[in-house]
Amino acid sequence: MNEIAIEIKDLNKKYKNTLAVKNINFTVNKGSIIGLLGPNGCGKSTTIGMILGLIKPTSGSVIINNKNIENNRTDLLQKMNFISPYIELPKKLTIEENLQVYGRMYGVKDLKIKINELMENLNLNEFKKRKTGELSSGQKNRVSLAKALINDPEILLLDEPTASLDPDIGDYVRGIIENFTSSKRKTILIASHNMSEVERLCDEVLMMKNGEIIDKGTSNDLVNKHGRKNLEEVFLKIARENK
Amino acid sequence: MKFYRIYALFLRHFYLIKSSLPRLLDLIYWPTIQIILWGFISKFFTMHSDFYNNTVGIILSAAILYDFLFRSSISFNMLFLEEIWSRNFTNLFIAPLKVGEIITALTATALIRTLIGVVPAVLLASPFFGVSLLNLGPPLILLLLSLYAFGITLGLLVVSGLLRYGPAFENVAWSSLFLLAPLGCIYYPLSILPDWLQLLAKTLPLVYIFEEVRSILLNNTVNYSNIMTALILNFGYFLLSVFVFYSAFHEARKKGTLINVGE
Repeated sequence: MNEIAIEIKDLNKKYKNTLAVKNINFTVNKGSIIGLLGPNGCGKSTTIGMILGLIKPTSGSVIINNKNIENNRTDLLQKMNFISPYIELPKKLTIEENLQVYGRMYGVKDLKIKINELMENLNLNEFKKRKTGELSSGQKNRVSLAKALINDPEILLLDEPTASLDPDIGDYVRGIIENFTSSKRKTILIASHNMSEVERLCDEVLMMKNGEIIDKGTSNDLVNKHGRKNLEEVFLKIARENK
Repeated sequence: MKFYRIYALFLRHFYLIKSSLPRLLDLIYWPTIQIILWGFISKFFTMHSDFYNNTVGIILSAAILYDFLFRSSISFNMLFLEEIWSRNFTNLFIAPLKVGEIITALTATALIRTLIGVVPAVLLASPFFGVSLLNLGPPLILLLLSLYAFGITLGLLVVSGLLRYGPAFENVAWSSLFLLAPLGCIYYPLSILPDWLQLLAKTLPLVYIFEEVRSILLNNTVNYSNIMTALILNFGYFLLSVFVFYSAFHEARKKGTLINVGE
């Protein structure tokens, strides 16, 4: 039987008069990669925020490894991590210093070895002593990925992990994500607008619109069900319906 | 509470300070200018006023202590603002840091930042103006503790505002202490204030601290009841500010501002 890593039950989030997330339910099995797709403002970031305990749900619950995030925030965050292009690492610190800080914050053992391993795997060795603010966006993205992997998280949440990257670096980052989950049976939830990325990486896709999950399945299932050529066309169809 | 997490957050700010000479100089520059300026002003008073027989010592000691308070409070705010400006804010709140650990780390780091700024200015005051804070004797430790606690309390309240209202609250961070300074009776005795303001001023620990500084320097007597009153008031205000900070954190989670506070 599959073990459940993330269980979302009747989750709602209301901001004043706006219902940002409407009664969503889904589960993510350990070791799987799930894509969260939907147009801007559909509730993806709010959902991720609630999974990370950054946003308090109006009702419903987020259960991570059988524990409610509301009552076990610190313990659960120890085993999770997150990347978003909207979050940066301190620009005046070198890559190594940033990884030192976050490694210590997560209580990583043998931190020096872990940092060297990440630098090696992400091709960051030559920039080790460079300030993070001096790096190109592709290099910064890899540093953020290194920070997100520093605690070897059981659950990794990625918000547009390859946004603003050129195709070559985007492909490289996707390879690292694939390798991370396949070799270590990690759970990943990706919110992305890059359909080919979602098709390549995700075992299952959740389509969100107006705060609701309106469809789910594998990429192939969704393409067949909606009678379209690829996931991008499915996305466009869903995004434009009843507009 | 885990020490390694507190140390990690401390380290983040230590790396920041040590990586930039201009930043380090900026920490030292303002307190030094402040002390030099007040040193000359009080020297002028000595020559043209017979109200105090020790004007340089009193005014300059008050200026140094006020600067210590000001730097403590601003340092605490700055540490938090740095996270917002560098868009690192969310990274901290998705790390397994407890709110109490954040408060402890910022409190300890603010002390280091404050000392970096104030110690050179204090050392300058002695050869340039013949004023040493050590003239206050052993009570100096309790007075500094009181001032530091009040600085951190104000810092916590401002940071709570930043959490609750976002970067728009930044201006309050800079002006918070100026608002209270007139009531703190830093450079003048409490009796100067109108009666109704005196009542208000007495609710602040600053009045007891600075009245005591003047009393020690002018009369050479220590009134420990003033010092204790300041410490008790500080303890109360500090507890209140911790409560406000926790409330602001919970409110920020409800409003969803932790995920986009820098935007």
